[in-house]
Amino acid sequence: MTATAIDPERLAGPRKRPGKAPRRVQYRLAPLVLAGVNIVLFGVFFVWPGGLGLAYSFTDYTGIGTANFIGLENYERLFGDPTFYTALTRTLLFAVISVPLMYVMSLSIASLLVSNYVKGKSAAKLVFFFPWLISPIVAGVIWRWMFGESFGFVNYVVTRLGADPLAWQTDPDLALMVVVMAATWGGTAFNMLIFIAALKNVPRAYYEAAEIDGANAWQRFRHITLPSIAPTSFLVILLSSLGAMKEFAMVQSLNSGGPGTSNTFLIQYIYETGFKRADVGYASAVSMILLVILLSIAMLQMWVNRRRAA
Amino acid sequence: MSTTTANPETAAPAAPRRRKARKIREVGTAVPLTAFMWLLAAMYAFPVLWFLLSAFKPGSELFQYPLTFLPENPTIGGFEKAWGRYDFLLYFSNTLAVALTTTLLTVMASAMCGYALAKYRDQRWIRIFFICLLATTMLPTEVILSPTFLVIRDLGMYDSFAGLVVPSIMTATGVFMFRQFFISIPDDIIEAARIDGARETGIFFRIMLPMSRPIIMTLAIFSFQWRWNDYIWPLIVVGDERKFTLQIALRSIVGAENIDWPLLLAASVMSILPLVLIFIVFQKYVMNEDINAGLKD
Repeated sequence: MTATAIDPERLAGPRKRPGKAPRRVQYRLAPLVLAGVNIVLFGVFFVWPGGLGLAYSFTDYTGIGTANFIGLENYERLFGDPTFYTALTRTLLFAVISVPLMYVMSLSIASLLVSNYVKGKSAAKLVFFFPWLISPIVAGVIWRWMFGESFGFVNYVVTRLGADPLAWQTDPDLALMVVVMAATWGGTAFNMLIFIAALKNVPRAYYEAAEIDGANAWQRFRHITLPSIAPTSFLVILLSSLGAMKEFAMVQSLNSGGPGTSNTFLIQYIYETGFKRADVGYASAVSMILLVILLSIAMLQMWVNRRRAA
Repeated sequence: MSTTTANPETAAPAAPRRRKARKIREVGTAVPLTAFMWLLAAMYAFPVLWFLLSAFKPGSELFQYPLTFLPENPTIGGFEKAWGRYDFLLYFSNTLAVALTTTLLTVMASAMCGYALAKYRDQRWIRIFFICLLATTMLPTEVILSPTFLVIRDLGMYDSFAGLVVPSIMTATGVFMFRQFFISIPDDIIEAARIDGARETGIFFRIMLPMSRPIIMTLAIFSFQWRWNDYIWPLIVVGDERKFTLQIALRSIVGAENIDWPLLLAASVMSILPLVLIFIVFQKYVMNEDINAGLKD
């Protein structure tokens, strides 16, 4: 660690004027020692795989043997690959449906949980928070059990109401709806906590002033609450969109991206090409595309956020 | 607070009637809102309840129409079967070992790094490293699965305990929680300790770390939950069945050609018990919104 420690110290050296900053110089080593573990881990498990992935995306590497440079061939193959397009559009569709739903649900529940009019808030908070404890794999099991086609509770209710059982497992769109519901159910808890913190920080005086001026509940929510919690909304939407784009474990146990491959999301596609087909070069190219998408989502949302703030 | 109506002095004779009207209006708002919230709560609770109760139904009852909410002949047969068919004790201890070790190391590494990022902000590389960490939340490693696997393999960590622990030690969220906390601690304390001749690392370990106890607890619980429920790291690191974690074992049950539902339900219920216990004991650290607010950064 001391070996790596020397370089950044030198780099940070332009203000090595004797006399003025001797006290500062003394503290150069301490932050490096304290942050050292994370700096090394960042290098080994973020920069290294990232660089490797970028390099392999231009090769035909299969995990063993030599990697031959093949230029942009992986990317060309990628853009002509219909399964990649299906995975990409399906993932985007999932994000577009689930993120707004997650936002509305967590904000509504958080608003109810800070409202003065609602009874039994602490018990309800526990109920809403419980899904946070459940792993994505188990969440998938729970929803698969609820939405089983021939044995599930939901289809039982549907048939009792006189309708035909719905094809929750064999119809691609219905299967996606189940994934959306399960993801919203599992993700609400954490976002709800963030929103509760934000809602409690909105000054009460604003609401009282608005009430005196005759604003109704919706107007108060629209013109006081929403602007006051805008930074939190930005955070929740950003984190949920990034989370939606890398949804993997829950779908694995819910329907393995089925029926067939119709709901295969990008991470699953990367996993299957990289590990099952050992096509590391091609999988790396998909990873790079996904990184670009994630980065664009983050940048776009930051840009929107900054524009609104300005 | 101040909504509890006007102070009695200014409230003229007309006050009682007005207060009554207000009371009626409040009830008129409270009843539908409370009902709505509990309707939502029921919707969120139902899948878990159905799942829990089903785990206690015998196999024949699971698929028998008409379905009943409560098990007619409650049984723990599924649990016995799961326990007998798979080496769950092994999976539990594997997962526990990984989760505890990683949590300990994550808390230490995040506290040290968060402190460095909070208190040495005058150095440029600290600010750059902060942005680098921020990038890891936007560009998660899950995305670059295959290269990460190759790195783990080249480090000789494939199929090893270290492979499960080491890559997950660094978490940007943990670092941000500590950074946020240490920024709120006045620098005067550090200055005073420096004047008294304390060393920088001594200041951190003897003064700052003990002060951050609430953050340590919160991050420890979060980290334990992340590791206990993690799927993707164990999936790519572990190949040997003897080293499976619970989530991988559950996935292999649910991925079978014919799912053994009684066994799967029972095994899933067992897998969430430790977290439920931890949550019951340490609830206040998880539900404390003030600490979670630090995640905003």
